[in-house]
Amino acid sequence: MLLNGCGTAKSNSGGSSGEVTLWTHNAGNPEELAVVNQIVNDYNAQATTKVKVQAFPQASYNDAVVAAATAKKLPCILDVDAPTVPSWAFAGYLSELKLPSDLVAKNLPSTVGKYKDKVYSIGYYDAALAIFARKSALDAAGARVPTLDQPWTADEFNQTLAKIKAGGKFKNAFDLGTGDSTPEWWTYAYSPFLQSFGGDLINRSDFRQSDGILNGDKAKAWAAWMQGLVNNGYAPKKSGTDAFADFVNGKSAMIWSGIWSTSSMDKLGADGLILPPPDFGNGPKIGGGSWQWAISSACPNADAALDYMKFSLNSKYLSQFAIKQNVIPATDEAAELTPGWKQGEPKRFFLEESKKYALIRPPTPGYPYLTNTFAKAAQDIVAGGDANKILDQTVKDIDANFKANNYYQS
Amino acid sequence: MSVVTRKTETQQSTAADGRRHLRHSTPSIRAARRREAVAGGVMATPSVLLLVLFFFVPVILGFLLAFTNARLISPTPTTFAGLDNFSRLFQDPLFWKSLRNTLYFAVVVVPLQSALALLLALLVNERMRGTNVFRTPYFVPVVTSIVVVSILWKFMYQPDGLVNNMLQSVSFNVIRGTDWLNNPGSAMPAIILMSIWQAVGFHMVIRLSGLQTISPQLYEAADLDGASRWEKFRYVTWPGLRDTRTFILVTITIAALSLFAQVNIMTNGGPLDATTTVVFQAVRVGYQQQQTAYASTISLVFFLLVFAVSLVQRYLTREKG
Repeated sequence: MLLNGCGTAKSNSGGSSGEVTLWTHNAGNPEELAVVNQIVNDYNAQATTKVKVQAFPQASYNDAVVAAATAKKLPCILDVDAPTVPSWAFAGYLSELKLPSDLVAKNLPSTVGKYKDKVYSIGYYDAALAIFARKSALDAAGARVPTLDQPWTADEFNQTLAKIKAGGKFKNAFDLGTGDSTPEWWTYAYSPFLQSFGGDLINRSDFRQSDGILNGDKAKAWAAWMQGLVNNGYAPKKSGTDAFADFVNGKSAMIWSGIWSTSSMDKLGADGLILPPPDFGNGPKIGGGSWQWAISSACPNADAALDYMKFSLNSKYLSQFAIKQNVIPATDEAAELTPGWKQGEPKRFFLEESKKYALIRPPTPGYPYLTNTFAKAAQDIVAGGDANKILDQTVKDIDANFKANNYYQS
Repeated sequence: MSVVTRKTETQQSTAADGRRHLRHSTPSIRAARRREAVAGGVMATPSVLLLVLFFFVPVILGFLLAFTNARLISPTPTTFAGLDNFSRLFQDPLFWKSLRNTLYFAVVVVPLQSALALLLALLVNERMRGTNVFRTPYFVPVVTSIVVVSILWKFMYQPDGLVNNMLQSVSFNVIRGTDWLNNPGSAMPAIILMSIWQAVGFHMVIRLSGLQTISPQLYEAADLDGASRWEKFRYVTWPGLRDTRTFILVTITIAALSLFAQVNIMTNGGPLDATTTVVFQAVRVGYQQQQTAYASTISLVFFLLVFAVSLVQRYLTREKG
């Protein structure tokens, strides 16, 4: 994989004169790649400097970029997963994205990748998680239907879970979706609960310390709550292979899942609800940040690359991504162009939810380490380990890693 | 008397012929030898080159990196860190847990798998109709990729999977089974069982080849002496399998100590670190956590461990006398 990346990079680094190369992770995702190709074709039809697309499978994409950077053969334009942006900016892979500030301001904040107050990347869309629920189950439990303005409180939510469980109709009151053991899923899905409790992975004021944040009282309350979901029999320790199918088929009353599941819920009709997460004290939270685009520091033709970026940030393309991919369009303008996303239409929920509650994952170059250790801690907590001990050890590991890396300051 | 003399003469003359012949052609033989050496060198070059490039260089680099602070992605240059990584490693509870799990796996798998391989080999070595039919199913898992096997068994081990269903039906609903891979107590035994099932066929075949090198005359002689089945096994078969036994012991041990794929696919080291192994930890630390130097340290310690174990085994199974 690594060698492959090198070889490919060598043959067309940065692009020959009059050409800039673009790398994308979505070779395995024909719908998304089709929109990228459409943008590039439209751009090439009117520009002197042509853009050339190279698509990689997602699994080997990051390896290819790291290998290319080591060999100093980075492409001009590349896409990057939001939480990785600070790491790559810190490593000198990316150059500052000098887009006009009014253009950037139109985007949802979670679709803009910043590091040290500079913009390094921008996205065409975002994703969001929500609670998918059966209205009939909530009615039977006597629970009110929460809204973005009036989400459930922690007590309301816990009582609802207890009543659904007591009703005996569902195997799971609330499926967390723990079947996926990919570390990034665990951080993306469950750290927002932690943040809603008032904890976090690391102190966000200076990104130097995790002690007292990830093992503070609020974090410990979060861990106890997560464990309680399993111990009280509300959530399975390990979800089924297709947890959303279990929900649709009536095994679970509620499930924590993503915008990508909306179309699978059509079968439930009016019984299917999409709800915001509860407020555990610090406001409801969901994870923010999906794939974004950046210009590499090795780009010999940065002006052309920037010109392409401006061209691509067109509502009509953003809308295309939202339609083909079932993702949140990054701007209000694009949402107005997209069926289902206009004011008052069903999917608009995700855009408003994202605006109100999305919190990006800690923007520090140490994120790869943070997410991996946090995910392992969350997995161990759900598996029934001693939560306080696990959090203390995790904090010790994180703080040692940050100290050993000079707090990721260059 | 005369016969003897004549015979000696003939021998002498033959020997002299041979010497003369040898002396005569020495330069050409030497040249041929040299040509052979050159040809041999040329033929060995590609594999030696590949070995150096893809084995020795990375291994040496890995050893060197273990004494630095190298990271996968970092703008700051790598600096020498002395024994920092080692002192950190020996204080890392996860490393000790991984080491314990690795040894647990090896201590169970090595004797069990080699004994089972011998038993199977003895069974399929019986001269009867259709032995190939029996040999094939034991060997099928070996030629199947461990990744495929692991994914299949992951499904089989699920709470409502094949394993639990079978337990339930053969025990008339008495045994319900558990969530094998998500239970800290049962995850490692579940992986052990699957690993033995997957690899035992290979060692059975090696054992089988060992069995077939034992001369049938020895068994005939034993029969004539009135040896029992057990005595034949103890005094003919067992000593006859010496060489294959050593080979099997060393290969199973090394394979067991480097347990990775099954863990990576089936449990990800969980639940609660019950199945994390040294190699799994090295990969996680090196790639997911991007700590190149620390991962190199783990690999170096692992290398020394395997090396030491192999040396001890070699010593214990050496030719005595």
